[in-house]
Amino acid sequence: MDWRQLWEICSAPDNVPIVGLIPLLAFYIYLAWKQAHANDQLIAQLEADPAMAKTHHRKTWPFKPGWQKEVHVWPFLLRIEFLAAIIITIILMVWSITLNAPLEEPANPNLTMNPAKAPWYFLGLQEMLVYFDPWIAGVVMPTMIIVGLMVIPYIDTNPLGSGYYTWKQRKFSIGTFLFGFIVLWVAMIIIGTFIRGPGWQWFWPGQTWDHNRLIYEVNRDLPDIFGITSNIAKAIFGALVVGGYYVLGGFLVYSLFRRYMGKDFKRMSLLQFSMTQFLLLTMVALPLKMGLRLLWHIKYVWITPWFNV
Amino acid sequence: MADENNPNGKNGKVGLVDRVKEDIQAMKVDIPAKAKEQIEGLKDPTKTQVYTSIFRHKHDDTPRNRALGVLSNVFLHLHPAKINRDAVRYSYTWGMGGITFFLFIILTYTGVLLMFYYHPSKVQAFRDVLYLEHDVPFGKILRNMHRWAAHLMVIGVWLHMFRVFLTGSYKKPREFNWNIGVLLLVFTLLLSFTGYLLPDDQLGFWAVTVGTNMARATPLLGHEGPFGSMLGMTPYNDVRFGLLGGSIVDANALLRSYIWHCIGIPIVASILMIVHFWRVRKDGGISGPAPVMLEAEADKPRRGPKAAGE
Repeated sequence: MDWRQLWEICSAPDNVPIVGLIPLLAFYIYLAWKQAHANDQLIAQLEADPAMAKTHHRKTWPFKPGWQKEVHVWPFLLRIEFLAAIIITIILMVWSITLNAPLEEPANPNLTMNPAKAPWYFLGLQEMLVYFDPWIAGVVMPTMIIVGLMVIPYIDTNPLGSGYYTWKQRKFSIGTFLFGFIVLWVAMIIIGTFIRGPGWQWFWPGQTWDHNRLIYEVNRDLPDIFGITSNIAKAIFGALVVGGYYVLGGFLVYSLFRRYMGKDFKRMSLLQFSMTQFLLLTMVALPLKMGLRLLWHIKYVWITPWFNV
Repeated sequence: MADENNPNGKNGKVGLVDRVKEDIQAMKVDIPAKAKEQIEGLKDPTKTQVYTSIFRHKHDDTPRNRALGVLSNVFLHLHPAKINRDAVRYSYTWGMGGITFFLFIILTYTGVLLMFYYHPSKVQAFRDVLYLEHDVPFGKILRNMHRWAAHLMVIGVWLHMFRVFLTGSYKKPREFNWNIGVLLLVFTLLLSFTGYLLPDDQLGFWAVTVGTNMARATPLLGHEGPFGSMLGMTPYNDVRFGLLGGSIVDANALLRSYIWHCIGIPIVASILMIVHFWRVRKDGGISGPAPVMLEAEADKPRRGPKAAGE
């Protein structure tokens, strides 16, 4: 266990935000979960007791008839905003006094940094470069993330859970977002920051970064395993595999939706549903491809003269 | 002026000396009276013309004045005068949107100060950062604050988005504002990324090299991307060339970064922020905490106090 190496990574000034992000995320997930749990209990109680549902104020916070429903922004909101501004200023001041912003040697195109890392918030994308060619990891995937985020309000047809924390009423959408945000985005950033060392090789936390380490890895392509050698056959085979993944996966999504989310499925138009299918399958494709690479050393699934997937 | 009341009047004519004497007499009465008035006035400055021209209402603690305090102030009137009693609960809001905006203001402020010491040229940039670090009074803390506020802003935007998602706040009627928010997320990351190159050190240089190398692989528009070479893309005319102003990260890239970082993106982001905040109000204020809905009510239109149970 090389504690010094671990300390060097964690205390690199630009890595401090990620070290801070982890407990911050844990705290806010706990805060959200606590309220979601309380709301879910209230919902269950009201579902079981329609008479109570008619008169209840429908929040977990206390409310009695006769209490004012609204409060003045001045001072009840403004004092919170003022406090927040002061606290943030203090945190920034202390942080800026105790920790210096990084400054390396002057830029030198002839001296490559190893590892050369993108800013920490893009490390998830850089980590994807291991599993996908740059045009997917660097261009298509970021575009799909942005477009995917933007269509969320238009494909989530569930009217429940608007304006309050809940888990039971929105299991699918919250589960999907947690998977995308925590597993695919934050976890990949953590891998990119703490695990990836020189040569973008995998070093466990506490393992010394060995700049001379060589890993003898033979990566194969999926068609090779099936003994396909001709270029045309490889292209057709890959198209079939990728196409098959979307067709079969799409069918699986359909049957799961029909069975377990019948009401949501009923509300969705064909366009909404097919968008959901496509985005969900593309999202799941990332960990699948990671698995193929890490477990079976498979590099490409679909090989064509113009692009590889 | 000569008249019968004037004790010094002689033959209807007044001498100059008499006039001065008269004025001095009058002054002895007038000025102390005015001074007294002035001092009386200063005891309550809120009655002065200067004060009332700035503050349009009184400040005694009445509901009317509390409302006016918000509504008659250009910065505060972003808020409504009153909000739902639960909408101020931190456990619900997390305050991340406001914190992000506050960080943007800090970044603008420290950023403008940094601009006074920085030249976006290959010869000067790195030396300017050294100068800031070692010679400029408070230069080091200025740069540190700018850097850490930028990192905090990225985290703030993520947590804000996370909260908005978890509370379903992107649902009707706030779909469009969620989209503005996604664009603001992208611009926040781009702001941070363009700033990364500016110190012109190894860290920024290689981070931006790694980042922009992906643009080579843009389908159709990059010279290494699928179908790129078929469309005549070379390192000297593709999308990466357009981003960097050259085929490598060099002087032009530094200048472009600088202009996007200090002018281009802040303007676009500010405009989007205006729309974002405006839409929060127009879409009915913040989403909650709303009364919980039951399964049976899902497909019924929800209106009136009945649904709220009040």
